Amino acid sequence: MIDLSLLPDGGMPWLDASGNASHLVLSTRIRLARNLADRPFSLRSSPNEREAIFAEVTEVAKETVSLRRAHAFRLDRLEPVDRHLLHERHLVSRELAGLDPSGAVRTGAALLVQDRVSVMLNEEDHLRLQSLHSGLSLEAAYQEADRLDGELGQRLPFAFHPEFGYLTTCPTNVGTGLRASVLIHLPGLVLTKEISKVLQGLSSVGLTHRGLYGEGSEVVGNFFQLSNQMTLGKSEAELLDHLGKMVRQVIEYEEQARQLLMREVATIIEDKVWRAYGLLRYARTLSFDEAMNLLSGVRLGVGLGLIERISLYTLNKLLVYTQPTHLAVAEGLQMDDPELGARRARYVRTLLEDEAGRRG
Amino acid sequence: MLCSQCHERTAVVNLHQIADGEVVLLHLCERCAAEKGVDSTSSLTKTPVGTFLASMGKGLDLPTGGATAEVTAACPACGATLDDFRETGRVGCAQCYRTFEVALRELLRRLHGSSRHFGERYRPAESEAGVPTARELREQLRVAVEAEDFELAAELRDRLRVAEAPSD
Repeated sequence: MIDLSLLPDGGMPWLDASGNASHLVLSTRIRLARNLADRPFSLRSSPNEREAIFAEVTEVAKETVSLRRAHAFRLDRLEPVDRHLLHERHLVSRELAGLDPSGAVRTGAALLVQDRVSVMLNEEDHLRLQSLHSGLSLEAAYQEADRLDGELGQRLPFAFHPEFGYLTTCPTNVGTGLRASVLIHLPGLVLTKEISKVLQGLSSVGLTHRGLYGEGSEVVGNFFQLSNQMTLGKSEAELLDHLGKMVRQVIEYEEQARQLLMREVATIIEDKVWRAYGLLRYARTLSFDEAMNLLSGVRLGVGLGLIERISLYTLNKLLVYTQPTHLAVAEGLQMDDPELGARRARYVRTLLEDEAGRRG
Repeated sequence: MLCSQCHERTAVVNLHQIADGEVVLLHLCERCAAEKGVDSTSSLTKTPVGTFLASMGKGLDLPTGGATAEVTAACPACGATLDDFRETGRVGCAQCYRTFEVALRELLRRLHGSSRHFGERYRPAESEAGVPTARELREQLRVAVEAEDFELAAELRDRLRVAEAPSD
């Protein structure tokens, strides 16, 4: 079993809700896709070549400021439960963790992580540089990823084409290799049924949305990951600026939707919020999806100032530790144990009771 | 365009068939393609590129822009062919972008609206392997100070002193 407590913040710098617009934006993630010029891309490379890539990159990483104190996790040597844990912390993709229904873990699949930056190795691309920040923080998160990119690029032969830019396994990532994404909570737009219009609007300006766990995941708890679709033809600064503007627009829409709800149907909203809180405080069994939806209601209540005794930090913590694997590990149960629902309800109850007691 | 086999349904698959040493291009509908053993709902449609191409109504017709040599070529570095790309939606290696430059340029234009990169340019180290130049050391020192990694900064300052010292 891996010990994630060795990582500062457990690899979740967004947990403390200290960033900008934290009442709506959970985290900002920057990802840069990079490949080594002299080796076949991951899907065509042999296990030996991927081992060599792991060795080369980890060696070089020791010389960088960004990664010299990094923890290395070999996904291909971890038990499924540990791979699930890293995925639930948003540190690795489903693909890298070998959690796709078809997929096994690829030899050489690894994660290097130091503070807010990390690198996935032998994912679809040889290197996926990441930086994860609390709240809305596109510029700062990019600067960190860019610094890592500069440091590694000085020492590794990155695949770069004079016209196309950085080369990637999938042509959808060519150019900057940049995917900037913002994880945002939009219950107001969901309740006013404006959300599909907003998402359509975003897609018409080149932005895309995903669920809580990124590519291919479902939307749960009204969390949406908004990110740039195109990676080529615009500079990093332009892509970030565009996404930032659009996210701020979405934040404004969400605030307007909340105001509208409180103006027109305040009683219904208050009822929804307090029912969600009541269920979380007293339910004896909770599925993950139910917990996510109720937590979304409580988060809305906190945002609207209806519930004052719960901090965003506690809500973020609940978001992480009620996930199936985190819960199972903490409770010493198997991931498919039927007891989990009851343990989840008990955990939520305890945390909310503590918080309510502390704040009086 | 109508299917060149049944002349009834819309052609969605372009099939290059080699008969008597000659390449014949057939435009086929899904049913006629299936009869010829072409599975038009290949795994590509499950990939982002495939989904994109499908959503654009381009089917699996990867642009070749008249560069016929690319259609049959295999990448000298990794051995991948354009057919491999059609199948998986994934490029084999960096060299593939040269080997299939015309087809991929066209695809990049469709995906991103442009094939020209305007972002950061890759700047590899100027020095011989392993020995950073004074300029590179200065850059590393700047990064270390910025990151408040003073232990490393001190080490780099010492190395910079050596690198900048006049050799006798």
